[in-house]
Amino acid sequence: MEPLRMETQNLTVHYGKSAGVKNVSLPVYDRKITALIGPSGCGKTTFLRALNRMHDLNPIVRIEGRVLLDGEDLYAPGVDPVVIRRRVGMVFQRPTPFPTMSIFENVVAGLRLVGVRDRERLMAVAERSLRAAALWDEVKDRLNEPAVGLSGGQQQRISIARALAVEPEVLLMDEPTSALDPISTQAIEDLLAGLKEQVTIVIVTHNMQQAARVSDYTAFFLNGDMIEYGPTEKLFTNPADPRTEDYITGRFG
Amino acid sequence: MNLRRRYLRDRVMVALVYLGTLLVLLPLGFILLHVFTQGIGALDWAFFTQPPAPPGERGGGMLPAIVGTFIIDLMALAMGGLLGLGGGVLMAEYPDHPLNRPLRLVANVLGGVPAILMGLFAFVLVVEPMGGFSAFSGAVALAVLMIPIIMRATEEVLRILPWELREAGLALGLPRWRVTLSLILPAAKGGIVTGLLLALARAAGEAAPLLFTAFGNPFLSFDPLGPMDSLPLKIYVYAISPYEDWIRQAWGAALLLALLLMVTNYLARRAMRRS
Repeated sequence: MEPLRMETQNLTVHYGKSAGVKNVSLPVYDRKITALIGPSGCGKTTFLRALNRMHDLNPIVRIEGRVLLDGEDLYAPGVDPVVIRRRVGMVFQRPTPFPTMSIFENVVAGLRLVGVRDRERLMAVAERSLRAAALWDEVKDRLNEPAVGLSGGQQQRISIARALAVEPEVLLMDEPTSALDPISTQAIEDLLAGLKEQVTIVIVTHNMQQAARVSDYTAFFLNGDMIEYGPTEKLFTNPADPRTEDYITGRFG
Repeated sequence: MNLRRRYLRDRVMVALVYLGTLLVLLPLGFILLHVFTQGIGALDWAFFTQPPAPPGERGGGMLPAIVGTFIIDLMALAMGGLLGLGGGVLMAEYPDHPLNRPLRLVANVLGGVPAILMGLFAFVLVVEPMGGFSAFSGAVALAVLMIPIIMRATEEVLRILPWELREAGLALGLPRWRVTLSLILPAAKGGIVTGLLLALARAAGEAAPLLFTAFGNPFLSFDPLGPMDSLPLKIYVYAISPYEDWIRQAWGAALLLALLLMVTNYLARRAMRRS
């Protein structure tokens, strides 16, 4: 059995009166890519945001069940969400470069803004993160230019490099390529395989082919329920549930 | 066929729009032109460098009022800016904070209060307890006038920033206050500066809140705890005086004030465009 990095146990996310995610128990294996697929509104993004307490800002959201990171519950009393988010990073659907910052400042923002001033160390982190995000060669000569001047695909890789710079244990990716063109999508898919050497990845995607291409495990969500979970190859070639089969063969969604 | 009629109607409508614009601009133009022609003659070297002459005598200038305007307005901007910014940030960044409802109410009420009441407010709260008129109390009155303007401007510019920007910062493991201070406020810098300058321009033209706070002072003073002069006050006092030379100087002060406000507004607009 492979080592677990995260795990949800009977996780339910209430959105006001309705439940966005119902009673989901899902393992996240260390240094593997776990994909969450399903039609729009199935709860996969809601589930993902529960994994680093991103719902905390929304007062109408209520969480039940447990989310374990290295065996400890993220939602236990006394746990600081800021510490959790340092260990569980996130990349969003739309690229989110910080508009007032240069490329370099963007990548090291997570360190600089908590007081790391050592220029040499920041430079080393920036280079390592940008290399990991397959962006170093494209931007190394213009690190001091504004990040908003980059293309959408490059901006998304800046967002990935920025998330990697704080060395999270887990990286959550919420449809990271859905706002990008095919070539940029390709670039990001290519870098995922290398990333999982160092970080555990959970990726939400509405693109089944993408899940099949990049992930080791896949979970299929429908109407807030997790219908099926298993090794990606098995789920796509031999699904256990007829609803999974209907979805991956394109009968709905 | 009726293509020609539609063309004609278009021309008529465009002409009406131009006419409306002209009607709006006309009074503004007249006021500025009048202030300019009446006031330009008073703006001589003495106007900028001399204290006022004794009542009834010719000559003298506005130096104490000019210096006082800057001191009072900058003190007001510092106080009003700090509080207005704080309130605006609270309303935009912490929409569920329990203080927000009373804060919004206060902003709305303050925004509708006549300026002279701000002066009364500062008189009761600052002048009486401190035992005398002072530049500081005048600045408090103007600051209270600025707060709702700055608060609303700040809230608005923060709200148009995408929510994802905050989440991106939080996802890096940054505390909420750090996200606000280092990511959100710099991103909204231009809009915030615009709000501050517009509030300043609004308050700088007010005489009423200063009548029984800063009070006025014919001598040059830098003491924030003593009475101080200011251009709007000078205009008010001189314009209703029986002395011809004072009335002439009131026009000069009005022109100078109008020019200062135009510069401030221009800077505000530039700050907005750059952000």
